[in-house]
Amino acid sequence: MAGKVKDEILHDHNHDGVDRRGFLKCMAWAGTGAFCVIQGGVLKSYSLSRLPELGAKEAMGELSFVQISDSHMGFNKPANPDVAGTLKAAVDKINGLSVSPEFMLHTGDISHLSKPEEFDTVDQILKSAAPKDVFYVPGEHDVLNDDGKQFLERYGKGSKGGGWYSFDKKGVHFVGLVNVMNLKAGGLGTLGHDQLEWLEDDVKHLKPSTPIVVFAHIPLWSVYPEWGWGTEDSAQALAYLKKFGSVTVLNGHIHQTMQKVEGNVTFHTAASTAFPQPAPGKADSPGPMKVPAEQLKSVLGITDVNHVQGQHALAVVDSSLA
Amino acid sequence: MRRSVFMAGLAATLLLGMGALGVSQKNFVASAQQKSETTEVKIDNFTFGPAGLTVPVGATVTWTNKDDIPHTVVSTDDPKAFKSKVLDTDEKFSFTFSKAGTYPYFCSIHPKMTGKVIVQ
Repeated sequence: MAGKVKDEILHDHNHDGVDRRGFLKCMAWAGTGAFCVIQGGVLKSYSLSRLPELGAKEAMGELSFVQISDSHMGFNKPANPDVAGTLKAAVDKINGLSVSPEFMLHTGDISHLSKPEEFDTVDQILKSAAPKDVFYVPGEHDVLNDDGKQFLERYGKGSKGGGWYSFDKKGVHFVGLVNVMNLKAGGLGTLGHDQLEWLEDDVKHLKPSTPIVVFAHIPLWSVYPEWGWGTEDSAQALAYLKKFGSVTVLNGHIHQTMQKVEGNVTFHTAASTAFPQPAPGKADSPGPMKVPAEQLKSVLGITDVNHVQGQHALAVVDSSLA
Repeated sequence: MRRSVFMAGLAATLLLGMGALGVSQKNFVASAQQKSETTEVKIDNFTFGPAGLTVPVGATVTWTNKDDIPHTVVSTDDPKAFKSKVLDTDEKFSFTFSKAGTYPYFCSIHPKMTGKVIVQ
C-alpha cells in the first residue's frame, strides 16, 4: 500500500471527493481494469492488479452488484465465433469475485437476432452464476420483428409500458429504462413521453440523499451521435434526477468501457461479453472489431459496482475476461 | 352510312395504336428489370449504397446486407410503404415500386442509416 498516498485528493473543488487528477487516473485505467472507491469522501483508485493487496474492508461496500452487457448470443462471425464461451468466461469471472455480488444487471443485446433459442442459451449459462437475480433491459437486438413482445414475456414481468421499472436494494434506488423502441429515422435512442412521465413520478417521492442507479442499453449521454451512440431525450430524464446527490448511469451498446462525470452524475458504459467495437470515429462504421484471437478476452469484460452506505458515489470496477 | 363506316375505321386505328403502346410499355418495364445494377442496394459499413436511387415505375429494388450485423429496410412514410424483416448477413429484401414518388427509408435498428428511392 506504499503508493496509496499518491492517490488521495489534492483539489476537491466540488467537495465530492473527486479531483481532476483522481478522476483522470480512473479514466486511464478504464478498460485495463480499475477499481475506484470513495471512502470517507476521498476517492481512492487502484489498478486491478493490486486488488489482492486490498483488505476486505477497503474493497467491500454494503451493496455489491455486477453489470454484464451485449452478450449477442447467436453472433458467429470472425470477431467472435464463440459468444457462448465468452459469456461462460464472464460468469466464471463473476463467480471468482472476492465479494460475491448480490444480483446482476444485464444492459441489453442479450440475443443477436431475438431468436428464442438465443435467449434460452443465455438463461442457461447465467444459471451457473452465483448471483441468482438478474435484472434486464432490452437492447435493439432483443426487440427485432415483434416490437419487444417476446422480451417482455420473458423478462418484463412487473414492468411498465415498454418494459421500464424500478426497485430498491439497501437504500439504493434502481431504475431500468428502455431506449431502443420506436426509433425514428436519422435519430438516436429514445425514451419517449410515457416513460419520461413515469420516471418523473417514480423519483418524485425519494429523498435527495437516495443514491440512484439508472441502467439502460444505449448510452444516456452523447458518446458519438454520428454512430447513433446517444439518446435523444436523455436530458429530460437527467433533469428529473438533478435533486439527487449521487446518480450512477450504467449503459452498454458501444462494446467498450467509457466513463464521464458531469456534476452529480457518473456515466459509465460496460464492455461486451461478445465482441469489441471501435472507439468513436476510429473506423468507417461501428461494426464488430476483429482482434487477434489471443487478445479477444482482454477487450471483453464485466463491471462490478459497490455502494458504501453514507458515501457519495458508487465504486465502478471494470475487469476484462483475460 | 358512309359516316358510320368512317367511325368504325377510326376506332380500329385507335385500338391498334393502344395495342402498340401496351407492347412498348412492357418493353420499358423489362429493360428496367434487366438493368440490375441500378436496382441493387448494398448495405455495407452501416450505410445504404447508393443512399439515393432513381428507378422507373415498376422497378424492383433489392437490398443485400453485407455487414456482420443485422439491419432492416423500413419505409419512413405513414403508413409504411414497405418494411423488411431483419436481414442477417447476406440476406436480401426486395420491393417492387408500382407508383411514382419519393420513398424515404431507414434501418429501424440503426436509425442513423437512411436512404431513399425516387420512382419516376
